[in-house]
Amino acid sequence: MMWNFSSFGNNTALIDDSGKKYTYSELDTAGKQLADAVGKRCLVFSFCLNSPGSVIGYTSFINHGIVPALLSAHLEKDLRKDLIETYKPSFIWAPSDMEGEFDGYEKVYSAYDYVLMKAANGSDAKLHEDLALLLTTSGSTGSPKFVRQSYENIKSNTESIIEYLNIDSSERAITTLPMNYTYGLSIINTHLMAGATIILTEKTLMQKEFWELFKKEEATSFGGVPYTYEMLDRLRFFRMDLPSLRYMTQAGGKLTPELHKKFAEHSIENGREFIVMYGQCEATARMGYLPAEYSVAKYGSMGIAIPGGKLLIIDVDGKEIEEPEVSGELVYEGPNVTLGYAECAEDLSKGDERNGRLETGDMAKRDEDGFYYIVGRKKRFLKIFGNRTNLDEVDRMIKTEFGNVDCTSGGVDDCLYIFVTDDNLVEPVKKFVVEKTGFHHSAIKVVKLDEIPKNDSGKVLYKELEKYYS
Amino acid sequence: MSNKEKYNQAFMETLEVSENELAGLTYTGIPAWDSVGHMALMAAVEDAFDIMMETDDIIDFSSYEKGMEILSKKYDVEF
Repeated sequence: MMWNFSSFGNNTALIDDSGKKYTYSELDTAGKQLADAVGKRCLVFSFCLNSPGSVIGYTSFINHGIVPALLSAHLEKDLRKDLIETYKPSFIWAPSDMEGEFDGYEKVYSAYDYVLMKAANGSDAKLHEDLALLLTTSGSTGSPKFVRQSYENIKSNTESIIEYLNIDSSERAITTLPMNYTYGLSIINTHLMAGATIILTEKTLMQKEFWELFKKEEATSFGGVPYTYEMLDRLRFFRMDLPSLRYMTQAGGKLTPELHKKFAEHSIENGREFIVMYGQCEATARMGYLPAEYSVAKYGSMGIAIPGGKLLIIDVDGKEIEEPEVSGELVYEGPNVTLGYAECAEDLSKGDERNGRLETGDMAKRDEDGFYYIVGRKKRFLKIFGNRTNLDEVDRMIKTEFGNVDCTSGGVDDCLYIFVTDDNLVEPVKKFVVEKTGFHHSAIKVVKLDEIPKNDSGKVLYKELEKYYS
Repeated sequence: MSNKEKYNQAFMETLEVSENELAGLTYTGIPAWDSVGHMALMAAVEDAFDIMMETDDIIDFSSYEKGMEILSKKYDVEF
């Protein structure tokens, strides 16, 4: 069992939008009933919201050896259909209002505004015994790829985070991130293991109802991606009266050093903590964190390895770089390094392919005191509002849709640039990418070029595209 | 440009909607008006009327109509 709910009995585990409370005992009982309705170890697609039904489903599946794949309830319909066809889950757990949306699935159970639907022809794909959970890494670009996480991955990462953030049963985190997103999920995992409370809401920071709930239920912490902190800054967060708030965490991309410093200083002045963290879905959730006491002195840094893990930097030959201030690829070793990827149902029977070591794709350096700083990227990806977006997959998605047209992509975090050579493609490509990824249209720019700069062997010269990223 | 025109312009540019879609438009009512769109919209509205809105008004700005009410009551923008 991942979580021992019965040991926290009458503690409040969840509070929903309306202020309704759910105890740990209730979570325990509801989880057992749902697991009985599923009846066996199998694959379940769980369509997530920040709501009690969603959390109860997830914790029930994990605690009873049922393997959930967590997906957004708002996932674009074609992508959803592709994923279901690829993996043929035995069951679907979805918000009740989605009941009629799945062909070939029939309702067998319902609770907490969620329905359990059974496949008429579910495949009984073999699931490796260590496999606990599937999460998307770049689902937004339509690739049917999941990260395979084991029970040991989740348990070790959860315990490590509880240790370095000192989470105890008095904490009351409010949700600001989707629970199918690894960072949002880690907040749920940790609080439920510590016997603490999670305030669940689908409202955003830009809504009055969010802040009313925050104050009424006395939230003590929240997490955010860089964009969250830009919004908070814009909302003049520093003038808000939030006496219950104890600490804030940040992950999902690199915050500008200026904002890092601003939030760190303001937190200290107000007796709070601001903790910048580093992680990836491929490492369950977290790999590094900057302890709050260094948040000002080392602003701009992603910190040190989490308890139980190790960070190192390697050169192009894979050799460890020992001296400070030299950049190379950041590598992480620890029990939370996930098993590997799955790209089809057969991959779910695979065991551990990484042996506890992950090459992150981020370029980093270490200062003389041992703190790490992200300086760039080795692989072609961007973080769009905290979502790792693989640029090769963006290219492939466009070429698939528009018939192998000449195009490429690039950009900076929170702004994806797509380059095409046909004026008539500018609008349709933008519309297509907005629809498929769900990213806000302001984060996607399509630029028409006379030709895409390439070298003699036809490789795109990405450096030459950088002048367009204004 | 009248205030109404300026106000409409801010919506049409930041949310990529047409004028006839504005009446009754609400936050999260269309995909483009999410938290990212809201930030852009608030900046455009502030620019259009040369004002700085209070936090409470930014988070209360939940629909096309509500926005006009806030602007006219608290920022002396006449529609």
